[in-house]
Amino acid sequence: MGAQKKRAAAAAAAARVSEDPDDLARQPLQAILLADSFTTKFRPITLERPKVLLPLVNVPMINYTLAWLEAAGVAEVFVFCCAHSKQVIDYLENSEWFSQPNFTVKTIESHNIISAGDALRLIYEQNVIHGDFVLISGDTVSNMSLTQALQEHKERKKKDNNAVMTMIIKKSKPSPITRQSRLGTDELFMAIDPNTKQLLYYEDKADHSKGTICLDKMLLAENPSISLHNDKQDCYIDICSPEVLSLFTDNFDYQHLRRHFVKGLLLDDIMGYKIFTHEIHSSYAARIDNYRSYDIVSKDIIQRWTYPYVPDVKFCGNRATKLERRGMYRALEIEQSRSAQVGSFTVIGYGTKIGSNSKISDSVIGEGCTIGSNVLIEGSYIWDNVIIEDGCELRHVIVCDGVIMKAGAVLKPGVVLSFKVVIGERFVVPAYSKVSLLQQPTVHDSDEELEYADNSSGTVEFSCTADQSNGEMTSESSEAHKPKLGTGGVGYIWSICEGGQEEEWRHSVAPIPEDKLTELSEAMDDDQELVTQDRTALSTSGELISDSNASEGDDNEDSKDDSVYFEKEVEATFLRAVEENVKVDHVILEVNSLRLSYNMTSADCAGAVFYSMMKLAIKTPHSSAIGLLTLYPSPFSMVASNAYPIYLSGELQQNTANIITTWQKLLKSYLLEIDEEIEIILKFEEMCLESAKEFSPLFARILHILYDKDILQEDAILRWADEKEGADESDKVFVRQSEKFIQWLREASEEED
Amino acid sequence: MPDIQALVSDLPSKLRKRRVQGSYETARLTAELLRAVILQHKEPTASGAASLIEAVRRVGEQLIAANPVELAVGNIVRHVLHIIREEDLSPLTDIVGELKLSAEDDVEDIAEDENSQKSSATTDGCLLKPPLLLAVFEHLPDSAPACQTFSSENIFAGKADKSAKKLKSELIKAVNELIEDINTCREGIAEQAMELIHQNEVILTLGHSKFVKEFLCAAKEKKRSFEVFIADGAPKFEGHILAKELDKKGLKAIVITDSAVFAMISRVNMVIVGVHAVMANGGVIAPAGLHVLALAAKKHDVPFVVVASTHELCSLYPHNLEVLLNEMRCPSELLNFEEFSDCIDYGIASSSSLLHVVNPAFDYVPPELIRLFVTDIGGYSPSYIYRLIADYYSSEDLPPQQKPAS
Repeated sequence: MGAQKKRAAAAAAAARVSEDPDDLARQPLQAILLADSFTTKFRPITLERPKVLLPLVNVPMINYTLAWLEAAGVAEVFVFCCAHSKQVIDYLENSEWFSQPNFTVKTIESHNIISAGDALRLIYEQNVIHGDFVLISGDTVSNMSLTQALQEHKERKKKDNNAVMTMIIKKSKPSPITRQSRLGTDELFMAIDPNTKQLLYYEDKADHSKGTICLDKMLLAENPSISLHNDKQDCYIDICSPEVLSLFTDNFDYQHLRRHFVKGLLLDDIMGYKIFTHEIHSSYAARIDNYRSYDIVSKDIIQRWTYPYVPDVKFCGNRATKLERRGMYRALEIEQSRSAQVGSFTVIGYGTKIGSNSKISDSVIGEGCTIGSNVLIEGSYIWDNVIIEDGCELRHVIVCDGVIMKAGAVLKPGVVLSFKVVIGERFVVPAYSKVSLLQQPTVHDSDEELEYADNSSGTVEFSCTADQSNGEMTSESSEAHKPKLGTGGVGYIWSICEGGQEEEWRHSVAPIPEDKLTELSEAMDDDQELVTQDRTALSTSGELISDSNASEGDDNEDSKDDSVYFEKEVEATFLRAVEENVKVDHVILEVNSLRLSYNMTSADCAGAVFYSMMKLAIKTPHSSAIGLLTLYPSPFSMVASNAYPIYLSGELQQNTANIITTWQKLLKSYLLEIDEEIEIILKFEEMCLESAKEFSPLFARILHILYDKDILQEDAILRWADEKEGADESDKVFVRQSEKFIQWLREASEEED
Repeated sequence: MPDIQALVSDLPSKLRKRRVQGSYETARLTAELLRAVILQHKEPTASGAASLIEAVRRVGEQLIAANPVELAVGNIVRHVLHIIREEDLSPLTDIVGELKLSAEDDVEDIAEDENSQKSSATTDGCLLKPPLLLAVFEHLPDSAPACQTFSSENIFAGKADKSAKKLKSELIKAVNELIEDINTCREGIAEQAMELIHQNEVILTLGHSKFVKEFLCAAKEKKRSFEVFIADGAPKFEGHILAKELDKKGLKAIVITDSAVFAMISRVNMVIVGVHAVMANGGVIAPAGLHVLALAAKKHDVPFVVVASTHELCSLYPHNLEVLLNEMRCPSELLNFEEFSDCIDYGIASSSSLLHVVNPAFDYVPPELIRLFVTDIGGYSPSYIYRLIADYYSSEDLPPQQKPAS
């Protein structure tokens, strides 16, 4: 097929071209559905049931994906099962998907697959994909129409055989708060050619570098125009040509679809393969990546954004559900007490019983649940056959099948109860905890750890122990150090380790707490600051002249910010000088020009230059890694100093001495008066206290070095010591530290007298 | 019969996934499917119509359940059942006496009531059409079809197998006629355009209805000159499509917004609209926005004319309409999801977002606001609709939806 296409593309003959579309149209569209996400974000639930079978508004997730694929005109779907493959295959065999006309579902099973890359390599070996295919994971909900994207893909492919993939993207609000609260994902940066829609750059997880990105110079040089986006969302729906599979086979180290494959393809310009984007506008597409997106997508479904994939439309043999006023979805045969209050935007499954005075709002309740009286359920997801006794409180939690909550139990926001857990009477489960019948696996690999590792044999073992403990009512069998779940409780509370407590709120179903929100919005302000910083940092490459930026900044920022910018500009200039071996005289000239443009005194210059030098000293071990366009992390924040390992103080001292020796001329040129020298000491003190704590043990020694190099005169040091005489105890830390040195200086001066 | 099975499962799944929409399309497909069902039906014991009725009813129930909002499906199913019953009557009358006898012979508690009812119906049936106004409200026991099959199997075993073939061919002919009617209903409606649209009139319509378009075009072809106001029909704005189509036909069209109908209604001579379904009481289920238009028309005493074909006639009464027969469509027709994604934010502490979007597809317009129905079999006033329904459907089949859900 590929060869045929190539020939068709090569031959400009009109007849051949007109044949081609027919050829393409006849080819049934295929799809690969990865029924495994190769992550562990849904643990502990995924230890017992594969993610694609988790109910999303009472319908297993995979149905949304399959229903969409069918509606989008896909004729054949290969479902790739890995973790709990048996369950997935059993489910599909019993579902109506196997008996659809014009829509075949085939399963491919494998147990020793550890990533999406491996899965695609295996599919390639099986040689079942013959034409363009849709690559999607089984946790995607969408109602978009593929026709246009497919058409575009085929047309591009006809013109350019290297256009192997079309990625579906969607606009989203660029604010990190929205991104975090909507889908719990990190920022995503993309560079797209505005004319051809070619994807040129792709970077997720951008918060690792604190909102900065590095663009290769070639990118700017080779493309006449690029548009940079941080307001796009990746839908994880790709239209691929068959070459994609062979690319995976050729590059056996590709594991992750985005991190390895997309980035690899973008970087590798030898083969010249291209990825294009297609933006959807009004339709819906989202992937359930973590508990937060589970929550958000569920609510979007209830709000009908995913129409026609909504509970009251039977798109996959789900039970009949009626939409009532105020967005209430109710299945048949629900027993509800008259005094129970069921609020709006709630889904209640078949055969569920709700007791008197219970309040339910914004929640999804599964089939066959029994809810006692005076129960409060808010923003929660309760799956099938759950028993909740009187007086329980559940807020923003996920409760899996078969859980029993004894009377008065309370679940704090963010709790996840896995299958068949029993919570004892009046027990309060702390926020964000995950409870499972299975013990937490002790080995913690990277994020890429596989769910399949725990399948078959592992699970059996686990469930055996669980059964035992079930029988013995845990009180004896469970270890003393495990937090118990109240009287009669069964299950283990998992300790939080991956990412730590700090990260839990990001991916939980609970709403983001207020303090985190403010933190995020502060981070947003930081981002804005960083943007300006970027500009100056760019000047290290010598491509942009900083003066224009500087004056621009001058206009709208107040004087306090000015000094910050000035400091940064000086630092950038200095670093560039270090890197490119600029002559000291030239650096002085440049710093002077900065000084004039910012209207600073020479004391400020001295402070800034000294600051840059010390900064460099800390970073020196890293200096080899400084690339052409690498942007430095925020230098004045605490985070930055924490990010660097603590160096051996000897090494650091050595570095500092070297740098001071090399650049003493630069520093000296600003030390006209004794005031400037004092400024330097104060600056140094400040650094030691705040941004560069590594220096604090070395304060006295470096002071000595500065004295040796004739940068600081003894008068300055002594005056500084005198000034500090009357200060607070806390302020005098460094005076104390250098007491001996000062003593010695005093004596020396007395001797001279 | 694998092919028929495939067909039978295909249409419900299409309906369920909302891939077939609109009363004309659904009616046509349903009728064609039922024709295939009848054609493929092999009477196991040549038992005549009863098993056929049962088969059609089974398929019909599947179809109706697939998308209860598409009322045209139920209408066609009921109409086909009515046809079968009517065709069945003629051979049945021959053996009425025998039927009575056998019913007494093998006395079965459940069957008895049913059989007597049936035989009395048949004796009346040869003279006049069975369902009277009161029969509409009559509710048949659920066991009816099963008993029918049972009793008729005994009776017809030998006698009816000759008539079976004849019955089937008659039926196919009748259903073909029905399909033909569905296909040509537009022309039937359009023929009456000349009588209703007069020279230099101003017509107002809302949204896009194929019937209305044909109706207007028919008048235009006959050299009537008139003006059309088109309310654009938010949120789909199908009125724009209609405006384009009318423009191609050389008709003068003026597009207004839905909210401007009251401002414009005083200049209008007649309102003509298409609807989703006509209820048994003469009210209509129509695209959202029509109720406002109807009230505006009433206020200014402008005739409100509904064009509808007979397959839109529905034997149901509008009880609890908003809930039962409305379709809540996708909110993205109203708002752009991305634009509002920060308002629709559940992740932030208060948990429930304050912005909701509701997009109902239909309005119910009560009969007192409607002046006239123009159907393919002529013009009727709303109060006469119940009579049309009696002509088209048998009381036995009314209304299968209200059976207790199993």
